[in-house]
Amino acid sequence: MPITRDEVAHLARLSRLALSDEELDHLAPQLDQIIASVAQVQEVAADGIPPTTHATGLVNVYRADVPVPCLTPEQALSGAPAVELQRFKVPRILVEE
Amino acid sequence: MTVTYEAALQKYEPVFGLETHVELGTVTKMFCGCTTTFGTEPNTQTCPVCLGLPGSLPVVNARAIEYAIKIGLALNCSIASWCRFARKNYFYPDMPKNFQVSQYDEPLCTEGYLDVAVGGKTVRVGIERVHLEEDTGKSLHVGGATGRIQGAEYSLVDYNRAGIPLVEIVTKPVPGTGFLAPEVARAYVTELRDVLRTLSVSDVRMEEGSMRCDVNTSISLIGSGAWGTRTETKNVNSLRSVERAVRSEVERQAGVLDEGGRIRQETRHFHEDSGVTTSGRSKEEAQDYRYFPEPDLVPVAPDADWVKTIGASLPELPSARRARLIEAWSLSELEFEALRNAGALDAVEATVAEGASPVDARKWWLGELARRANDAGIEVSELSITPADVARVAALVAAGTLNDRLARQVNDAVLDEEGTPDEIVAARGLAVVSDDSALTSAIDDAIAANPDVAAKIRGGKPQAAGVLVGAVMKATRGQADAARVRELILQRLA
Amino acid sequence: MSELTRKTAAELAAAVTAGEASAEEITREHLDRIAAVDDEVRAFLHVNRDDSLAQARAVDQRRAAGEPLGPLAGVPVAVKDLFTTVGMPTTCGSKILEGWRPPYESTVTSRLRAAGAVLIGKTNMDEFAMGSSTENSGYGPSHNPWDLAKVPGGSSGGSAAAVAAYEAPLALGTDTGGSIRQPASVCGIVGTKPTYGGSSRYGVVAFASSLDTPGPFGRTVLDTALLHAAMSGHDPLDSTSIDAPVPPVVEAARHGDVAGLRIGIVSEFSGDGYQPGVMSRFTEAVELLESLGAKVTEISCPHFKYALPAYYLIAPSEASSNLARFDGMRYGLRDGHGSAEEVMAASRAAGFGPEVKRRIMLGAYALSSGYYDAYYGKAQQVRTLIIRDFDAAFGQVDVLVSPVTPTTAFPIGERADDPMAMYLADLCTIPTDLAGNAAISVPCGLAAEDGLPVGLQVMAPPLADDRLYRVAAAVEAAFTERWGHPLLDEARGLAR
Repeated sequence: MPITRDEVAHLARLSRLALSDEELDHLAPQLDQIIASVAQVQEVAADGIPPTTHATGLVNVYRADVPVPCLTPEQALSGAPAVELQRFKVPRILVEE
Repeated sequence: MTVTYEAALQKYEPVFGLETHVELGTVTKMFCGCTTTFGTEPNTQTCPVCLGLPGSLPVVNARAIEYAIKIGLALNCSIASWCRFARKNYFYPDMPKNFQVSQYDEPLCTEGYLDVAVGGKTVRVGIERVHLEEDTGKSLHVGGATGRIQGAEYSLVDYNRAGIPLVEIVTKPVPGTGFLAPEVARAYVTELRDVLRTLSVSDVRMEEGSMRCDVNTSISLIGSGAWGTRTETKNVNSLRSVERAVRSEVERQAGVLDEGGRIRQETRHFHEDSGVTTSGRSKEEAQDYRYFPEPDLVPVAPDADWVKTIGASLPELPSARRARLIEAWSLSELEFEALRNAGALDAVEATVAEGASPVDARKWWLGELARRANDAGIEVSELSITPADVARVAALVAAGTLNDRLARQVNDAVLDEEGTPDEIVAARGLAVVSDDSALTSAIDDAIAANPDVAAKIRGGKPQAAGVLVGAVMKATRGQADAARVRELILQRLA
Repeated sequence: MSELTRKTAAELAAAVTAGEASAEEITREHLDRIAAVDDEVRAFLHVNRDDSLAQARAVDQRRAAGEPLGPLAGVPVAVKDLFTTVGMPTTCGSKILEGWRPPYESTVTSRLRAAGAVLIGKTNMDEFAMGSSTENSGYGPSHNPWDLAKVPGGSSGGSAAAVAAYEAPLALGTDTGGSIRQPASVCGIVGTKPTYGGSSRYGVVAFASSLDTPGPFGRTVLDTALLHAAMSGHDPLDSTSIDAPVPPVVEAARHGDVAGLRIGIVSEFSGDGYQPGVMSRFTEAVELLESLGAKVTEISCPHFKYALPAYYLIAPSEASSNLARFDGMRYGLRDGHGSAEEVMAASRAAGFGPEVKRRIMLGAYALSSGYYDAYYGKAQQVRTLIIRDFDAAFGQVDVLVSPVTPTTAFPIGERADDPMAMYLADLCTIPTDLAGNAAISVPCGLAAEDGLPVGLQVMAPPLADDRLYRVAAAVEAAFTERWGHPLLDEARGLAR
């Protein structure tokens, strides 16, 4: 099932990627081709086959509830494009979560 | 068109559900060793992990798992023998990774219940699930009029709170409560809070945000057999707001339906000041969170013995305590609720342990002491008088050393921190005069001062003795046993 | 090229420890070599000039003071720019992190510092490890030292090129779909993907979390083993890290031997799409192994043909989530105006290259509600079947062998805008990543058509990394004897 340019535009929005029209024109057919190819996995008969999310088989890996030294505020903010009142300054948020 | 709650309930029946987020009182965060202290300077409790810096990885805090299992067991849930964390993907500046590590289709605890007493009846609120997730950072919205997002020019984000362990407790929908829906919702949150406090897994302060409630409400025509579209109300920050939020949503939805409108499935925001909700994000453009199992964490498979040990170590839960005290003290449901609502359970129980009778203990704590606490705007447990003090005063009354009026004086003095009851009685000489001879002169004076009353009594009207008793009580500054005084007067004038 | 830059890491560490060579001089010679050739090779994004000399001097001081030295004392190591390093930038080959200096260090590089290694610089890579040529780097491609018009492979192409060009004897890379083995193969050096979880991912910027494996490059099997051992081991900061002793890889590298070893050729890894010269060298390598006493059979792993599509569902899905954090709010490029939502979208559009954008959207697609079961869910089931194929195979043989990649180094620009063609480079390497096993690429000759290097892939079960080194060492010794010199000596243009 091919993916349309509109669907690709939706994926871009979902992924917070402001693609230009030219980029969309270029990427959409490529994505279509890739999706058609990876869809091959659906050929595999896999009824009753459990999915593998972790290859190691590890379970129950924990840490103790004991404090560890943390970053200084300067370190935490060191990469920040904008800082005010020792906080990360970000542009106005439109939609509340 | 505004509809009153009463009018709405004539036509519609409400169904509600609650999602409660509880900040666990662990020392460190869910996935890293940063401390979780409330109210520190911004961005002073962060590390690469809770900041979501590139290359950072989470490691699960074992105590958070333990606390979540404790909560699940206290809520009568089944504990999963194997489950995973999942990523909930969406973009928001207070989430450093733009995904939240949570649990999706494999919650740690499922299928429980919490019994809630309202108006003397018990409602069983089903618990759908209890799961773990990480909290987000906190934003200050700058530039708008209200400090909220609308109209703000920019936001300032503090990630101290990001990564603190949260437990999310989701009820099943609660139908069939009818008119009492708001009260039941409030009672559920109250009982839940008490359970969590008893478990010592969180300080559950709604005003500090360590317990947050979202309220889901829907209504449908009585007898329709189907449930209506539900809305989700956020920003419900107190027990009272829970009740008001349900009530106001029912009213609003009834108003919409009465006018032939349709309820939009959406998120609404509750306003403390006005008591109504306003529209927020529309849930109809449902977010696609693209959940998938968290690849940086391995599954959680709590050992059955560990779960059993946790279960065995649970303290007495509020419901068990309720049943025990009702029986031990022969209380009615309403009497118990009065005690619980006054926050006096611990005090009364401790007072009984110090030797007072349940009746006496209740009388004092629910009566005068509750009033004093209320006036001072504090909890009864914060008063300067202890259960031991109250038990002592009750014992003095029982022994006849004090009467009720004197006892009240002693209590007042203890509250004013003058000392222990015994010290106060001695210092002020407040003991009841029990020696008859000491009363004789006061009785003689009273008789002499009221000859016509004395004559009435001699003439066969003992009920007239009240005036003389009053006079003697006044003369002894209330330190006489009124009943004994009356006896002596009648003997004298027989 | 100086004498010191021609030496192996083993020789250098031994010389420094014995007091026969100065770590500072070794580092200086390598810095000179970098200055001489890197304008053309472009292996490095950042040369850690002053600090690496300081690190080296510290090693010399410790030796002078009689303090114990680590196993890599004074050895320069080039670090793929995917590892967080304090004091050096970490860009992940992306414009979105241009100039970012992490406030914390990765576990692996910390361990190397503790072992006495000198971190000499950060190497170029395909952006966020997505690619097989370094052409997806936001800073331009690296060039294969064998032929500067050819790619050095990817995504760890800068690290492979640095080692092949004698700019450093050792380098760190990461392997998610083949990103260590394929560059090693096309650059004529040794590269290992350790067992997943065998080396810590803490401080390795995540591409596909359940697949990413940090690993070593070297010019010799022993050198590679030395780095493998120094960087590996359990890390409590990484929940997916294996709590087991590091397999005895150095020991195995010193004792190459395949007598009696059962070796399986994966029958699916041949045929159309494989360059004839690559297949000839592979066949020769197998014959060599037989002559050394190995028992060779053919093994079919029927689900391996689904490995590529499964990988190109699983990896982009995890990546789409891992890369969501790059939004210009806390670090990295911030671009555009307006609301937070607009600035995030503009920053990401400006900072990410086309391959990264493709994979993010592909991942979002595969995880979307409604599509999850058919794509991501199905791919994870295929992953289980691939693991079972490996389990069945390793029930019959001790190791599996195959070519590393279907072709030799292809020309820069040839596949740059043809993602599907680029993905084919990972055909043989991907199954190991999906299963979490260990595999190595060891040089086995030059393809007749173009005189470019070909690598032999050896695959082993999880935690049997030492087996790889035993086989690779035997192959290396036998071939070196047959050729009369190490393969790299054949490279034109490298000897300056």
